[in-house]
Amino acid sequence: MNTLLYLARRLLSAVPILMLVGLITFLLIHLTPGDPAAVVAGDNATAEAIEAARHRLGLDKPFLMQFWDWLSGVMVGDLGTSFTSGRPVVSLIFDRLPITLSLTAGSTLIGLGIAVPLGVLAAIWRGSWSDRLIIITTSMGIAAPEFFIGLLLVLVVALNMGLLPATGYVPFAEDPVEWARRLILPCFTLGIGLAAELARQVRGAMIDVLSRDYIQTARAKGLSTLSIIVKHGLKNAAIPIVTVLGLQIRRLLGGAVIVEQIFAMNGVGSLAVRAVFLRDLPVLLGVALITAVVVLFVNLLVDMSYGYFDPKVRQS
Amino acid sequence: MPVTPAAVALPPASGFVRRFCRNRTAMISLCILVLITLVAIFAPYLAPQDPARSSLRAIMKPPSLKYLLGSDDLGRDVLSRLIFASRLSLIASVQAVVIALGIGLPLGLISGYVGGWVDAIIMRFNDALMSFPALILAVVIVGMMGPSLTNAMTAIGLVYAPRVMRVVRGSTLSVRQEVYITSARATGCGDARIILRHVLPNVMGPLVVQSTVLMGQALLAEAGLSFLGLGVQPPEASWGSILGSAFPYMQRSPVPTIAAGLVISVTVLCFNLVGDGIRDSVGRMRRAGD
Repeated sequence: MNTLLYLARRLLSAVPILMLVGLITFLLIHLTPGDPAAVVAGDNATAEAIEAARHRLGLDKPFLMQFWDWLSGVMVGDLGTSFTSGRPVVSLIFDRLPITLSLTAGSTLIGLGIAVPLGVLAAIWRGSWSDRLIIITTSMGIAAPEFFIGLLLVLVVALNMGLLPATGYVPFAEDPVEWARRLILPCFTLGIGLAAELARQVRGAMIDVLSRDYIQTARAKGLSTLSIIVKHGLKNAAIPIVTVLGLQIRRLLGGAVIVEQIFAMNGVGSLAVRAVFLRDLPVLLGVALITAVVVLFVNLLVDMSYGYFDPKVRQS
Repeated sequence: MPVTPAAVALPPASGFVRRFCRNRTAMISLCILVLITLVAIFAPYLAPQDPARSSLRAIMKPPSLKYLLGSDDLGRDVLSRLIFASRLSLIASVQAVVIALGIGLPLGLISGYVGGWVDAIIMRFNDALMSFPALILAVVIVGMMGPSLTNAMTAIGLVYAPRVMRVVRGSTLSVRQEVYITSARATGCGDARIILRHVLPNVMGPLVVQSTVLMGQALLAEAGLSFLGLGVQPPEASWGSILGSAFPYMQRSPVPTIAAGLVISVTVLCFNLVGDGIRDSVGRMRRAGD
């Protein structure tokens, strides 16, 4: 029951933020220099066409009315139609979302896979030269742009060694093996930066946990180092790690824009970049809104995971 | 080190300088940044060749004495182009950080100092803005305004403003509780004077740290946007756009891509390390945001 209440409270608290995210997205259209209706109507549009576009966008109504119309459309999943392809923005984005989500999920797995062992080792060997080495490597990993890591991987692994394909995406349903093969390099590209950031958090959190009394007790009971770390250390270190993971989802989604470009993947990021050149405003607004919703959703999951990792959160 | 009376008597500012100078990593990083800035300033004297002159006979040449880092797909000297591009890359980052400060600093001061519903409204907007992935929001803003370097840096400034705001608000909140603020008010100081004379100086430390780190982030974002073709437009070039235009020819001539990527990574790393160094030297404050 407590868990359900906690969940409901969390969900409710997301609603005002969601409304504001909508308002900000809606306000973005007013950044368009000049008359948005003229941009929407396209080049060489007649005065009537511009008026029609203004009416269609609701730009001739009072501001709050405009926002309300737009919001009620969004509520039922109507984000407008793409100017260039004439297709509903929602279906354009949802067609490509699996690609971007495969990429971000894969990078998260790789990030965790590298960061957890590295961070734990650095915490155990705190102050030694291996700890220093890990800190220096992660500093460089944080500073290196995704595109640089990606280009190096393409150059070495794909072009010179020929181990993996350099570009393209194959849907999972078509060929699961090829899907995985094509995702390895992009996921590593995006995952390395995440791993660097996470490894520092894991190290910090583990150092904190390992200094606690219950770890001493566990040691005194004669538990092996491995089981102390896995059973007591990691579970207690999980909250700061998961928090950072939640913050990093924004960086992953942003980085995906560049990684998709390097690896010629037709994801949401590529859709947005193409929309910039085509001045396809509804698609751009749709991408902004949907990625923000994904971020909010992930943060909700992070919040709920606190209850799993730390029962005290559920009861408070 | 023995504490001499002279060292104790030093004013806090020089204590900061001394602590910072003792931090070897931060000092080396600062030297590299100064060096890069000097290269940008004296680009015309340092560049071995005219960065815009292309030669049909020198297309994608490997590194040689004439072309130290090779030449690009239009037969231009990559080293000279990177040297000249440092100007745009650095100026663009400063531009973005100034915009972020211009929006974030006043809002953060107001939000933290006034509190109440003003703070609540500003903070909710802040939370909502921070739900957007930074690069995607920047891409969308550029899309709304049209691709150009100024628009790209405005977008990045807007996207980073909430981070500045959070840091400023946090420090303002903690300063507001101090006794000297209460006594300043008791002596009849107006709010504007209290903010400018008493709150602002105390916010400067965290703000400088945040701005240094943001310089690196803005450089990275500029490189990303220019790599995508949404930032600087040819014939002008920044490090990111050089990387972007070298990338399709990477298999035939990898040096330009690697050189541009390295320059960006090293500069961002130095900004981060200098930021860390300042934070550690100032003492009790912490870098807020992410």
